[in-house]
Formats: sequence, structure tokens, C-alpha cells
Amino acid sequence: METREGLNWRKLVVTILMFAGSVLFLLPFIWMLITSFKVETDVFTYPIQWIPKHWNAIENYKEVWFGDYPFPLYYWNSIKVAVITTVVSCLISAMAAYGFSKIKFAASNFLFMIVLVTYMIPGQAILIPQFILYRNIGLFDSHLGLIMLGSFSVLGTFMLRQFFMGLHQEFIESAKIDGAGHARIFWSIAMPLVKPAVATYAILRFIWTWNDYQNPLIFIRSDNLLTLPIAIQKFTSMSGEFYSLIMAAAVSAILPLIIIFIIGQKSVIEGIALGGVKG
Amino acid sequence: MGQNIETLSQKPPAARKRKGWSLQRGETLSGFLFVSPMLIGVSILVLIPIIATLVLGFADWNFVQGFDGIRWVGLQNFINLFQDEMFIRSIRNNFIFLLTVPIYLLVSMVLAVLIDRYVYLKGYFKIAYFVPYVSMTVAVAVVWQVLFQPSYGPINEMLKAIGISDPPKWIADPHFALISIMMISIWISIGFNMIIYIAGLQSIPKDLYEAADIDGANAWTKFRRITFPLLSPTSFFLLVTGIIATFKVFDIIAVMTQGGPIGSTTMMVWYLYDTAFVNLKVGYASAIAVVLFVFVLLITFGQWLAEKKWVNY
Repeated sequence: METREGLNWRKLVVTILMFAGSVLFLLPFIWMLITSFKVETDVFTYPIQWIPKHWNAIENYKEVWFGDYPFPLYYWNSIKVAVITTVVSCLISAMAAYGFSKIKFAASNFLFMIVLVTYMIPGQAILIPQFILYRNIGLFDSHLGLIMLGSFSVLGTFMLRQFFMGLHQEFIESAKIDGAGHARIFWSIAMPLVKPAVATYAILRFIWTWNDYQNPLIFIRSDNLLTLPIAIQKFTSMSGEFYSLIMAAAVSAILPLIIIFIIGQKSVIEGIALGGVKG
Repeated sequence: MGQNIETLSQKPPAARKRKGWSLQRGETLSGFLFVSPMLIGVSILVLIPIIATLVLGFADWNFVQGFDGIRWVGLQNFINLFQDEMFIRSIRNNFIFLLTVPIYLLVSMVLAVLIDRYVYLKGYFKIAYFVPYVSMTVAVAVVWQVLFQPSYGPINEMLKAIGISDPPKWIADPHFALISIMMISIWISIGFNMIIYIAGLQSIPKDLYEAADIDGANAWTKFRRITFPLLSPTSFFLLVTGIIATFKVFDIIAVMTQGGPIGSTTMMVWYLYDTAFVNLKVGYASAIAVVLFVFVLLITFGQWLAEKKWVNY
């Protein structure tokens, strides 16, 4: 067996090597951030200037945010769609999860099976009928339609059901004896108890919606309704060679995610580990 | 929370009267009410569409013709598909893309073991390797597009500097485009898989390692004899989710290569999108969707079989 000291020394070396590895791993992000601070003429100088010689950060970000391109509008669209989708999806998933785990009723298992089956259907296999449906019921090219596409999450239902099942049935029974209906029990007893799980799911749903490229690509046509992923792509093809601006836009789009992730990282990582969740 | 229960228990016991079979009926009603938003949403947005996909697979139809323009062609779409060079190419690329899965599984597993047992600052490493996974694919793809720029991009500048005079043109080169996309995909996937592996490691009993230490086993032996085999349920789970995920690859292709150059990065979902929403061939694209669905179904079924047979939790 190794001595404590020897172990620590070895651990230190591995840490240093791993740290170097992580810097290499994050290099694209570092490059993106630094490029967004540079003047355009310095972007492709070689050797790469890891510390910009000529700082242009304020001008770049000002150009992206207050230039001709309506970046704030797209930002607002993204916030709106992501926040509403997250709230609605959490509510619907939590209700279903509660119904499937805490209320005993006929056909409950059968209905749960139906929900389960839909989880196996790849989203892209149903894009065409969804598109036809949306065109015919007027949800095409609207934020409402986009929000609805992200609101019925089987995954969220699974995750939260898992947590509701962990709640002792006595809580529910005793509340029922005291005359509380399920609506009341759900809202004032069950939900507060699974708050951490809901928070985890909410963060994940927010990230997924914020990053969603495919649904806006297909279901949104009007320029003024676009969310960030497509707005960034358009900005890229419009800005052509202005890479410092493109990078400033990319940084702006990713930043809220990184902040949310760092604040909520513990619950995100736990949630993912727990449910083996994948967007 | 405790407070809530207290206030509830102060209610008069009169409410207890509703009992008997009406109680069960009430339960059923509440049950339906609670699950119905989810059920209705899933039925309208998933179940009915998948049936429609299966039906449309047998039609020849163009969006602009309206419903009257539907012509039923039997299996013709599927017959055409398997003579369609672009489709065959897409499927082939999908299968080549499968190679990313074992690669990132291996990398993620090694990283997970190192982070779990052999480093300080665990929290930092978990975040650092996870960042690509939470970042917006489009933004990341835009960055890589610039990094891979053939003539003055940073990657090729670096390669030239270390003496490679004729570096590949990456995503602009038909021979390297798919590999470039695969590398980025591996880079994005590592964080997610690593986190699941770290969770898997927590469930391995510590005394196994202590026993191995007493027997004088070195790190490699411990990995080979304890860690690797005991992680096999996790690996299996990640393998299946990973394989299914490769069949759904779309964003990165749409942003970086649009299936090109000369079809070298076309994949099933990209081809589906291109056929349906660019070329407006609804029936034909639905047939592709059916094939995609069948692939995913087969994998899921295979997983279920294999789980029954081999994996013991």
C-alpha cells in the first residue's frame, strides 16, 4: 500500500496533467472568447494572440447588440420561448408524474404505457406530420407552436415520477383524511417536497430549449420570430468575414447557459446522472 | 412544508364523510385530470403524427398540391429509396458515425475514473469537460467552422507551423469532412457520458478496491478486473443511447456542411430534412422517416433482449 504522502504527490501530477488536458479541451471556447475581444485584422494572425494586442471588446459587443442586426429581439424571443416552455413543461410533466405515481386509478398503467411508448419515437420521424398539422391549425410560424412542441416531455414525466414515487404515501393519505383534494395535495405538499427534482428538470429543459435549432428551423418562418440558434447562423452568413463580431454573438448566446450551468451545476449533473437523461 | 401539513390537519373532520365507491370514482377522475394534459399533448403531437408518417410513407405527395394531390404508390417509395445513391450514402455515413460511440465511451470512462479517484478539484473538472455539452451546438459549430478554415484557420496554421506543409481542408474536403464532424461530435459527447460514468463509479463498493490493495494489485489491474466489468451496465446503457443519438444527428450537419461537400456528410436525418423541407417530396421523405423509426425501434428492441440476457443489475 502506498503512503499518504506518495499518494498525494501522484494525485498532484495527475491533477496538473488533467488540468492541461482540460485547457486543451476548452481551447475552442477560449479562442472564441478572446477573438470576440479583438479587432478584426488580428483574428487570424499567427502565432495566435492569446492576449489581444488591440482590445476592441466594447466596440464588438456594441456592434452586435446595437448594430443593424436586431440581436436584442432574438435574445428576447429566446428568453420568452425558453422560459415559458420550461414553466409549462414542468407543470404538465409534474402533474402527469403525480397522477401516474400517487393516484391509483383504473387504466393508469395502460395510459402510462402509452406515454412510455412515445418515448421510443425519434422526434425527427414525426416532423412532417407535425408540420402539416401546424400549417392546418394555425400554429405554424408562431411562438405558441414552438412552445407547445417542447411542453409535453415524456422524459420530464419519467424523471419526476421517479421522485414522486420516493415520497411516502402516508403524506398523501393523511392529507386526504384531513379533507385535502389531490389538487391541494399536489400543489402544497407534493410539489414543495420534490422541488429539487423540478429545479433540475427545469434547468435541463431551459438549456435544451435555448439550444434548440431544429424546431425553429422548421416551424418558424418570420424573421422577427426567430430564436438565437438560427439568428446566429444567419448573422454568420451575413457578417461574412467579420469573425470577431460572429464570436461576440456566439459568446453572447452561450453566456446565459454557462452562468445557469455553473449556478445549477450540482443539480444538473445529479439529474443527468440519476436519470441518464439525454436531450 | 411541516407548516402545510399542520394547517391541513386543523380542518374539521367533517370532510372525511365522502367514502366508499364514490371515493374510488373521485380518484379515477382526479387521476385522469392530472395525466390528461400530458396524454392529450402526446397523442396529438406524437402518436397521431407517427401513424401519419407510416401512412404517408406509401404516398407520392408534394406539400404545395394540397390533400387532393396525394397519390398512393404502395411500396414504390421504399423500392426507390434503396436504389437512391444519396440515401444509401446517408445510411453508410450513419454507420460510419457509429464509430464515435466506442471512442467517446472509452475517453469518458478513463476521464471519469481519473476525476473520481486521482485528482484534486473534482468540481472544476466535471464542469470543464461538461461545458461543450451544454453549449449551443450552433454557436459551437460556428466556432469550429472558423477553426477548421482551410487556408488561414488556426488549426491549419498550427499544423503548418509544426511542418505539415499540406494539411487537410477539413470540412471543405470530401475525404475529411465526415471525420471532422465526428471529432466535434466526440468532443461534445464526452461530458455527458463522463458524468454518467462518474455516477456509475459511485455504485462500485469501495471494499473491492481495498481488498485488491491488500493483494497488491496495481492501478491497471484494478481497472481491468474491478472498474471495467462493474461499469458494464453503465457502458451498455450509454452504448445504446449513443447509438440512437447517432441516428438523430442533424444540427451540426445543417450548420457546418449541409450534407456536403458532394454528399460526403449527408446523414439520414439531414437527407430527410432536405427531401421534405427543401425538395418538398413529402411521401418520399416519410419513407425515410419510417426507415429511421424502424432503425431506432430495432435498437431499442435489441437493447431489451440483451438486457434480459446479459445484464444483471
